[in-house]
Amino acid sequence: MAKKQVSLSQDFMKGIWAENAVLVSLLGLCPTLAVTNSAVNGIAMGLATTFVLLSSSIMISLLRNLIPYQVRIAGYIVIIATFVTVADRFLAAFYPDISSALGPYVPLIVVNCLILGRQEAFSSKNTVGRSFIDGAGMGAGFIMVLFVLGSIRELLGSGSILNVQLLGEWFDPWMFMILPPGAFLTLGLLIGLANWINEKREQA
Amino acid sequence: MNLVLIFISAAIVNNFVLAYFLGICPFVGVSKKLSSAISMGMAVTFVMTISAAVTWLIYHLILVPFNVVILEYVAFILVIASLVQLVEMFIRKVSKPLYDTLGIYLPLITTNCAILGLALFAVLREYDFIESLIYGVGAGAGFTLALVIMAGIREELELANIPKPFQGAGITMIVAASLALAFMGFAGLISI
Repeated sequence: MAKKQVSLSQDFMKGIWAENAVLVSLLGLCPTLAVTNSAVNGIAMGLATTFVLLSSSIMISLLRNLIPYQVRIAGYIVIIATFVTVADRFLAAFYPDISSALGPYVPLIVVNCLILGRQEAFSSKNTVGRSFIDGAGMGAGFIMVLFVLGSIRELLGSGSILNVQLLGEWFDPWMFMILPPGAFLTLGLLIGLANWINEKREQA
Repeated sequence: MNLVLIFISAAIVNNFVLAYFLGICPFVGVSKKLSSAISMGMAVTFVMTISAAVTWLIYHLILVPFNVVILEYVAFILVIASLVQLVEMFIRKVSKPLYDTLGIYLPLITTNCAILGLALFAVLREYDFIESLIYGVGAGAGFTLALVIMAGIREELELANIPKPFQGAGITMIVAASLALAFMGFAGLISI
């Protein structure tokens, strides 16, 4: 029993840091870069992706013995696309502002390699419970990166975080940070930072 | 004239990789060598053009008349996935050398967001059939351009002394940032 507890928390924790989808595996970069011009958008995208990831992980681990091996990818994609449609309609109905800010990047969750990657690597081989935990960990790690990235860009680009103005009048916003080049630069520095921390930890 | 504008807009001004962040995975993964970058660019352009045409037909001849636009995402991704498979089989049958150059990249294309993004953008902008086709070619050309420039820079970077944590993805992102900055210079060239 004790052993199983450890493995479940490991399933969760590896998504946060050791196998973090964005910083380590470099999966799901398109939405990461595209929607993080503000922290709110980052969180919304992270939550939508996590919802799709969790739902399809549960569904696919339930169906893992029924889906024929040869057509599994097509099967996964249809399941993912269905949940993406649900998320898209939900956002459009209840949060029209966020929906229009994210635009076509919500439907593009379908081709987020992070989701398909977890299905192929984990849910198709593991029980529902473990797949759920794995999806939750990966989703949490993804939300975390999107939030950090969105906060940095919003702080430097508009002087605020989560629409709360933090920097005063003296601050001249760097337009650069909320435009595409800022996204690439910030993510590049974050990836470098994550590698540097890992290297230090290995040496220690 | 409008068609020329659509082409230039898709290829340069609103470059899919550097302005819309579509197709970043192959952009990071396949940009180490110039030769493979060119092959990947060709494969993507090829699939993009065909899928732009096919998804336009599906949307306007099936989804809209039968009032099932809600199935847009499911239909598009299925069409793209099967299209990639078909193209792969066709190329393997017709041209062995072409298959050897493009072969390994074709399966990767299914999850290339640029292909699905193209279909979605074409619907959003209400392009007609010919416009969608040109939009596909332009976006493919833009993708190839970004990938080839990147591969050229990365081949030179092999010789540079990069701090260890930034080797690989880190420096690629930072180079992409300066490329995106350069491409922003085209903004305002045309507005479409």
